[in-house]
Amino acid sequence: MSTEDTAERRCAITGIGQSDVGRRLHRDPLVLTLDACLAAVDDAGLGLQDIDGVSTYPGAMMQPRGFNGAGAYDVIDALRLEVDWYDSGVETSGQLGSVMKACMAVGAGMANHVLCFRSVWEGSAQGGGGRASLMAANQAPGGPIYAGGISEWTLPFGSASAACWIAMYAQAHMDRYGTTTEQLAQIALNARRNAEVNPQAVYRDPLTMDDYLAARIITTPLRLFDCDVPCDGATAFIVSRRDRAGDLRKPPVFFEAMGAALHDRPSWDQLRDLTRTVGADAAAQMWSRTALTPADVDIAELYDGFSFLTLLWLEGLGLCPVGESGAFVEGGGRIARDGELPLNTQGGQLSAGRLHGYGFLHEAVVQLRGEGGDRQVPTRPEVAAVAAGGGNTCGCMLLRTGG
Amino acid sequence: MSSLIDAGFPVLPELTDRNRHFWQGGRDGKLVFLRCQDCGYYLHPPSPLCPRDRSAHLAPEAVSGRGTLASYTVNHQRWLPGPEPPYVIGLVELVEQAGLRLTTNLVNCDPDSVRIGMEVRVVFAHRADPGGDIWLPLFEPADGSPERLS
Repeated sequence: MSTEDTAERRCAITGIGQSDVGRRLHRDPLVLTLDACLAAVDDAGLGLQDIDGVSTYPGAMMQPRGFNGAGAYDVIDALRLEVDWYDSGVETSGQLGSVMKACMAVGAGMANHVLCFRSVWEGSAQGGGGRASLMAANQAPGGPIYAGGISEWTLPFGSASAACWIAMYAQAHMDRYGTTTEQLAQIALNARRNAEVNPQAVYRDPLTMDDYLAARIITTPLRLFDCDVPCDGATAFIVSRRDRAGDLRKPPVFFEAMGAALHDRPSWDQLRDLTRTVGADAAAQMWSRTALTPADVDIAELYDGFSFLTLLWLEGLGLCPVGESGAFVEGGGRIARDGELPLNTQGGQLSAGRLHGYGFLHEAVVQLRGEGGDRQVPTRPEVAAVAAGGGNTCGCMLLRTGG
Repeated sequence: MSSLIDAGFPVLPELTDRNRHFWQGGRDGKLVFLRCQDCGYYLHPPSPLCPRDRSAHLAPEAVSGRGTLASYTVNHQRWLPGPEPPYVIGLVELVEQAGLRLTTNLVNCDPDSVRIGMEVRVVFAHRADPGGDIWLPLFEPADGSPERLS
């Protein structure tokens, strides 16, 4: 499989863009989205007339407020793009499923330069009220909320947030493998150390283990700093045909492999094994599409919507043995920028802001191009593992430099 | 800690023909799941076809109400109006079938005493509603457990 001409091998990321990112910008989400999109097009050295595809996660959604800033039609219309392919959707392999689909469109010859974007304004939408719970479909005035869909089986029991669902995975992992709170803390502490040198990060003040432990419990074993910070911001990429990538402004970053598989129930509370991410299915598929192995990965940008998800991704991707992610991150040395496997070098969503998946791919490209500035890892990374999503929606990819 | 038996969150499931057996089985003190009448498999959440043999011959059947705690979390965040945190959210696996599991609350016990693997049994919390009364299946430590408060 490793030498096959896969769809993703026909593609490269030729441009990246990001809007202003902030805790509560109170700016038009469509403006932030267009800022990111135009920045990506410019970064690639392309013009809008070159963009012939659009892909986004999740697409237009009114609820929950702030979860999405703009849909595919919004951007196509605002920029008067004429596209040969476009797509959006929420039922996909993590937020980066939208980028994988762009690779498939380009690989199939449907488009040459696909604009991919993810836009959030959860910071402004939540205002001072704190993190939103997932609210259900219907509420009669003064009456109860009637929960349907996935909420039906969780909301009546007060299990109103992914924090609660993921906390139960974390508790099971601690129980089975002896993972400790101090080990889990390394994800947050490492993210903050990297955010300190990322000017775009939302939270940049130093965070110590004492700070982490003293912060309030959200839902055991997760504490305040185990949960990502809602923000406003948009991120965009240009996925281009590999044979059109060489003439553009920046060195292209190539897709080596991608994984989208889901072999478990698409559920948050019905997974067969509470200590295993369904991302492991996607990872197995990804590794089957390359001759590279986990030992070849130079940097890892792995979803940290909640810190524990990053531990699951380390195991699911085979970057450490199953059950041993706690030991792997113990003390933080191995995952630091000067460590054996730099992790979440932009500060993750825990400190750089909940850009919801796209921030990890953005950072991988920054690092592989050598554009990380103060946070550039000192080695010359050539292979990046990127993973986005948790629970029932997971996807991952490998990116590499060079030809 | 609030007693979730007496007062719950202002969230009720939307009753349908597909889920009524589960949310109203507690009227008779029964925890009820759909069971395939051809192969005996219990399924949850309710669905039109048996996941094992794709049979459409499904019927509601009561289980014993006994299970073990697959995992839990003590929630401290106020996500919803209603009972004050902390309260315990749990995943309970019923003894009748490996993997037959539901999200629920643990009640009648000290949150500090909750342990994965502990034996639990169902206890129902009645919620009146003009749209149809609901009996939420909650769980308490099973008989003989020292964690039980009363």
